This record gives sequence, structure tokens and C-alpha cells, in this order.
Amino acid sequence: MTIPLHTHGRPLTAFPAGILGRITRRSLEAGNRPDHVRLLRSEHPSVDELHGHAAVLAEGPFEMRDEALPPIVHSLRRMDHLTEGDVVAVNPNGYIRTLYRIESGHNALFATDRCNSYCVMCSQPPKPVDDSERIAEHLRLLDLIDPGTRELGITGGEPTLLKDDLLRIIAKAKERLPQTALHILSNGRLFYYGSFARRLARIEHPDVMIGIPLYSDLDSIHDFVVQARGAFDETVIGLQNLGRHGVPVEIRVVIHRHTVDRLPKLAEFIYRNFTFAAHVALMALEPMGFAVPNLEQLWIDPWEYQTELREATLSLAARGMKPSIYNHQLCVVPKELRPFCRKSISDWKNAYLPVCDRCDLKGECGGFFASSVKRRVSSHIRPQAALASMLPLPDEPGSSATSLAMWPYAAKATRG
Amino acid sequence: MPLTVLSPSGPFRPLEHFLPAPAEYRLLPFRFLRWDADEVLLTNDVGEFLFLPDAAVRDLVAHRLPRESPAFLDLKARHFLAEGGSDVPLELLATKYRTKKSFLDGFTRLHLFVVTLRCDHSCRYCQVSRVTENKSLYDMSRDTAERSIDLMFRSPAPALKIEFQGGESLLNFDLVQWIVERVEERNQAEGRLLEFVVATNLSPLTDPMLEFLRDHGVLISTSLDGPDYLHDSNRPRRGNDSHAVTIENLRRAREVLGHDRVSAIMTTSQASLRYPREIIDEYVRQGFDAVFLRPISPYGFAVRTGEAARYQALEFLEFYRQGLDYIIELNRLGTPFVEVYAQILLTKILTPFATGYVDLQSPAGTGISAVVYNYDGDVYASDESRMLAEMGDRSFRLGNVHADRYEDIFGGEILHNLIYQSVTEALPGCSDCVFLPYCGADPVFHHRTQQDLVGHRPTSAFCTKNMGILRHLFGLLRGGDDFTRELLAGWATDIAPERPQDVAAPERTSP
Repeated sequence: MTIPLHTHGRPLTAFPAGILGRITRRSLEAGNRPDHVRLLRSEHPSVDELHGHAAVLAEGPFEMRDEALPPIVHSLRRMDHLTEGDVVAVNPNGYIRTLYRIESGHNALFATDRCNSYCVMCSQPPKPVDDSERIAEHLRLLDLIDPGTRELGITGGEPTLLKDDLLRIIAKAKERLPQTALHILSNGRLFYYGSFARRLARIEHPDVMIGIPLYSDLDSIHDFVVQARGAFDETVIGLQNLGRHGVPVEIRVVIHRHTVDRLPKLAEFIYRNFTFAAHVALMALEPMGFAVPNLEQLWIDPWEYQTELREATLSLAARGMKPSIYNHQLCVVPKELRPFCRKSISDWKNAYLPVCDRCDLKGECGGFFASSVKRRVSSHIRPQAALASMLPLPDEPGSSATSLAMWPYAAKATRG
Repeated sequence: MPLTVLSPSGPFRPLEHFLPAPAEYRLLPFRFLRWDADEVLLTNDVGEFLFLPDAAVRDLVAHRLPRESPAFLDLKARHFLAEGGSDVPLELLATKYRTKKSFLDGFTRLHLFVVTLRCDHSCRYCQVSRVTENKSLYDMSRDTAERSIDLMFRSPAPALKIEFQGGESLLNFDLVQWIVERVEERNQAEGRLLEFVVATNLSPLTDPMLEFLRDHGVLISTSLDGPDYLHDSNRPRRGNDSHAVTIENLRRAREVLGHDRVSAIMTTSQASLRYPREIIDEYVRQGFDAVFLRPISPYGFAVRTGEAARYQALEFLEFYRQGLDYIIELNRLGTPFVEVYAQILLTKILTPFATGYVDLQSPAGTGISAVVYNYDGDVYASDESRMLAEMGDRSFRLGNVHADRYEDIFGGEILHNLIYQSVTEALPGCSDCVFLPYCGADPVFHHRTQQDLVGHRPTSAFCTKNMGILRHLFGLLRGGDDFTRELLAGWATDIAPERPQDVAAPERTSP
């Protein structure tokens, strides 16, 4: 079940852009109101009661006019998705974006739409827009997020393009949300400049991790995937610079037709060159954005790359690296890899197939991207029986324990 | 590999666009060995390796290896060659090289204190012990210990390992106790990471001793040469009951200190060579999960030269192979058991890390990784160096704790020369050896057996043994069955890395 992240209604009067607030349905003390957006269902409080809020959202029509009223958006298309403590941005055109959901473990700050790479499977294609005015919104968002939040992502676009402003955001997160783990998704290219890595390290955020994609052990393939010549060199040096300054890094690999053949060799390369990596995520394709027009060239059924996935995962694990498998359904990964599978898909875009209702493992399975369900899923999705799942299926390719034995030798590439 | 063109109408460029401009590729440093009729083993300076078909290697060195061939791609990914003008392969190699050589960081970390030469055993392979009651002649004094501790704390190593040696070190337990307490006291200001080990045959072990060792977290390293008939013949003592005493006291020590706080080492004697299985069985029977089939050392033997020395090395190799095969079979049958020398070498082969093993380093660990403070205050570059001295050859006496300053001992001519002559990268016979990244130099051994610090590799027993063992291990990695390869890979990654990866690098300025 996907969750809507926006709604819209009619602005009562003109108001400036950039209004952010925490959702509340309660009546608040006046001093508390500037941080809050008051939600009205059918009640009609007095002007005094509404005065001072960042904004007011009303489900039904709202006709009262008074100079003392804050910005008001009424006749909302829906508001059930909004929870006490969520943070929304209220646009002058009546569009209400949810920036933070208090009940979600998958909150992220979308730093910028710009990117210096142009990945062939990018799920969130970059836009060459000047969105530098959004910095204020990001900093304001950090004021409004619940300090009990366990994890906050920073993503984009490419967050490091904000340069000094990204460092400001991280410093503010450290000050305002000291209990919140920061997970920054970056292509790592700007950390080629060691001084940038060093300045990030000097913030000394207590719990930050930079997730950086590496698509191949060969420069040409990586550069092709990210459509930027020289990107591989910048990223690998960036990873080393972060390692050198003690910033925890995670290496993220998206598996598709162009990255799958060398996956075991990439695992070897990561172990030898980035042993300091705290985590390695092996991820299935998300058929969104650029992955949609390129799907025919990128798609490979996860069922077909079980051998490569097994060898990469088990060899990393055997060497004390921490591999995880993201975005794969339990019925298409070899059984011995199930302990590495994580429920990685953000709740708001997570979906299952009808056939999954008959599967005993549904509760442990991360399911699909909603976009996968719409466009392409493995043709080997089968309901699993809890007991039978303990036993290897006779038709499973390579189900004998042969893969780790190939390590540390290069696996023979099995696909032409 | 499929070179698909993505969305020809869209903004995406095909893979070919991202290939480096066709140009000569550069060879990065590597070494090779003809493995068999079809294949060649290649290794680079950081210990990564590849087996390649003979034809591919010929093409590689003739600069005509096709850039799309699997061999080319693997060689590039493992930094055996580089394309284009990028420095990045060299930077990654530099990081890996620093990591492999990180045993040099911090200088001397292992400090052996010979607290007495007195011993109740008269082992066949030991040149140094004295069966005597005369304490004043062969015990280290507090004054000497204090000066040795001074020198030890001059070492910049953040972690210091203090090992008590003998003779039988427990015969001077008062001094062991005094040193432990003194070092702990001084460490309150120094803040080093300390580890104490006492090497002992366990025979003088008392309960108060055990309590002290337990309370101060001191590890015990004892000697077990095999089953009683072998152990007792190698290690004679009055009553001829060394094995029985060792086993009984091993039990007591484990009871008080904990099972894993007591380890054992075996010394391979000429007599041992007939009993690889029996030795291993004895280790299993006594509850150990590993044995160190240590290469035979020349000190307890009539020194052999030329063909005789080589023959002895070949005998040891046969012993080692039989032992390792037997250990693999034990594992296959469900008894987890490790051979430590293989584990050290496999860690060098299969991981990016350095090992803490001082006897297989380049430059050699003598003096710079380990040092010996003898009972009389003399400082030696290694345990073997002080044994040589007892046999009349004081070539590796670096100085005396009372007479010489730290700078003279650790910066003097003798140590300089030892190090200078033990950099395998620059030694004849080593510099172009495919096994160089995993091996080391032993100048004291070569001085002893070949009267030359460098030595002559074709007749060196050290070289014969290590080449033989490495060849055997690579043979198992290459041609062994799945179980064996998994087992060996598991041993390699079992050892926690001595040090994290060293990623120091020059810094580029901001974008």
C-alpha cells in the first residue's frame, strides 16, 4: 500500500512561499503556534484560536476572512494521510507537500534536483534548476522534525552539489537532532577533493553514513552507467578520502544487465580497495525515471543472476564485510541469502502482488517497488510455504553450495 | 560483454564512448611464475594474484593483449596494468601497499624479557638453558629489568607485547611479577595497549602464580611437541615426565585462566618429522583448535650446509604437507582445526591486511618489530640472535641496557645493516620471486647457515621451505576441492586485522 505525499486545496488569500510547519489538530498555546500548521476537519474555531499558526489547512470550505488569520488552504482533496507531528510545506498555489512523516522510518531531505551524473537507470532524474533557495527550507525542516527520529536520509539529486550548504545542513542536524542517524546518498565524486571530505569529518556528526554507488571494478563500465567520463576515478578517490578521514561509508551497487557480469569481481575489488566500508548494499533496479525508457536494455530477471548474487554476497560476508541485499523478493534469491535481505523499499512506494497474499513469507519479505508492480517483476514470483522454504527447490539453479568455493578466484562469467 | 546502445534517440551515450582512448597500456609492477604447462601465476606488490593462460601473459608483456579480453579486464581491475593517464590505479595501489606494510608503523612492538636462563629441562634443540641452582649468574636483576622497561617505553608503538622467556621463566617468577606491576604502573602515564605473555614449560607452576597471571590478564604460551614418546624425547628432564607434567599443569592453567588463555607451540625436531599425524592428534586430544607446524630451526641441529641443508628442508616440507593434508581431513570430518603457518600465509594472500608475524617480513622484523632483553642486559635483534650469542657468535648483539642509549641500540650500525640486508624487494633471488609479497627475509638464519646476511637462495633452506609451502597452498587454492578452498579462505579471514586500512594520501584542494 503506497502512501500519498501530497495533497492540494484552495488558498483563501495570497501568501508567500516557503511556509513549513508541523501538523497539529490540537489547540495550542500562542507561543507554540508559529511552528505548526493547524488542521481543521469540521470544526470552526475563532480567529483568536487560529491566529499565529504557520498556516491552517481546512478539509471543508472556509469562508471567514480576517487580517489576523494565518495563510489558509481549504477544501483539501484529502488530509487523512497527515498525522500529528508530520511536517508539510504549504505552497501559495494550494499544494501541500509532506516533507516528513513522524510514523515513517524512511524520511529523507531532498537536497537538490541537480546532479553531476546522469545514470542510465536513475529513478529520480535530475533537473538542471537553480534550487539554491531551498537551503532555507532544508534548515527550517531540521527545526521541525521530531528529535526522536531514528534516521533521516539526505538525498537528491546530488547533495554534495550544495557544497558548503550541505555541511551547514549536517552541522545543524548534529545540533538539532543529535539522536538521529544521518544517511546521505551521494555519488561521492566531490569527495575527490580531500578538503571537502575533511571538512565534513570535522563536523563530527555522531552518526553519519555516506552511501556511495560503485557499479563496476572497471572505470569504463562505471562511467557508462553514470554517463560521466572520469566519474569512476573521482568516486574511488572520494571513497578513499572519506575512509581516510574516518567518515563511515556504504557502497551501493545497482544490479542490472550492465553491472551483473562482474558483480563477484566488484565484490573482490571493494574488499581489496575499500575494506573500511561499513556496509555494502546490493540492490535490484527500481523501474522509475530513466530506468523506464531504458528498461529493455537494463532489465535482467533476478532469478537469472542468483549465482552472481550468491558469490558476491557470501564472499563479502565471509571476509567480514557487511553485505545486504535490497529490493529483492525472497522467492527469487537463493535461500542461503535470505538472511541478507532487508526490507529496503520506503514504505510510501512499497507494494506486493496479489499472489503474495498466499505466501507464508510475506511478512518477512520486502516486496516490490510500486513501479516494479506496474512495469516489470521477475517471472519467478511464487508463494513460499514456510516449511518448504527450508528446503532447496529442485529447479533452483546452482542451489548446491558451490559459489563460495569459487572465491577467491574470478568467477567465470556465465552470461554472454 | 554486451555493449548495448541505450535509447539511441535519447541523451545516453553507449559504453564505447566511455572507454579510454585507444593507446598503449602501461604495465604496473608484478611478478610471475610458470605454474604448469598451460598457466602462469602472477602476483602484484600488494598480494593480489591471478592465474592466466600462458598465451595471455605473452600477449600482456608484448603490449598486444586485446583490451576487451577477460584477462585484460581482470588485470586492469586488480591493478596489474593501467590505461590512459589516470593516477588513480597508483593511488589505490599506494593505499593497499601502505596497508600491507603497516607492520612497520609504531616500530618495535614485541619485547622479549629473558628473565632467567635456568631451566629444569635440557631440551635437545635449546642452546641457552642452564640446569643450575645458581640464581646470581643467570637471573635478570631488577636493575636490568628497569633499564629494559625504560628502553621499551622509548619505542613509539601504541601497542606493546611483553613476552617473558627463559630458560624457564617461572623459575624467576618474582621478577615476572615485578615487571608486570612495574610496567602497569608506568603505563598509567604512557597509556599504551599492553599484552603480557609468559612462555613456560609449566613445571614450576603454583596456584599463587596462576592467580597473579589471571588477575593481570597474562597469557600463557607453553610447549607441546606431540605425544609423550616424542615430547619426552625432545624435552628431557629429571624423571623423564615432561609430557605428563605439561598436560596436568595445562589443565590447571586453563581452569584458572580460561581455556583460550593458554596456547601451545611445538618445535619441529628431526625426530618430529616422522610423526605429523601423531602430533596433530595430540593437539586435538589436548583440546587445542590449532597447531603451528613451525619450520625447523637450525639452532638445535648440527648446522648443515649445501645439499644436506636442502635435504633437511625437503624433509620438513614433506612433513608439513602430510600434516596440512591431515588437518584438512580432520576439518572435513567435522573437527574445526587450524594450521597457523598456513593461516598466516593465507592472510597475506587472500586479504589486504598485514599480519603481526615478525618472522616473515620485509624488511625483517629483527629489532624493528621485536627485540630481546637478555638476562645480563644485552639487547639482541631476535631470540635466534641471543641463541647464536650463547653459541659464541655475538654478531647481533645490539648493545647493553646499562651501557648504551636507545638511539645507539636501535639506531646503530648492526641494526641498520640487518635491515638494509633484509629488504626482499632488493635481494637477489627474492626481488623477482612471485611469492615476494607473502614472504620475508631472515638475515640471522642466513648468517648462521650461509655465513652471509643475504644468503644464496637456490641453496637456502629458508627459501626452499617457504617456496615449497607457498607453492603447496597456491596449489590447493587453484586445484583443491571446494571444501578445501572454502576452509583455507575461512582461515585467512579468521584473523582480525592487525591494523585498519591505511588510506593516508595527498589532499586535493576544494572544487
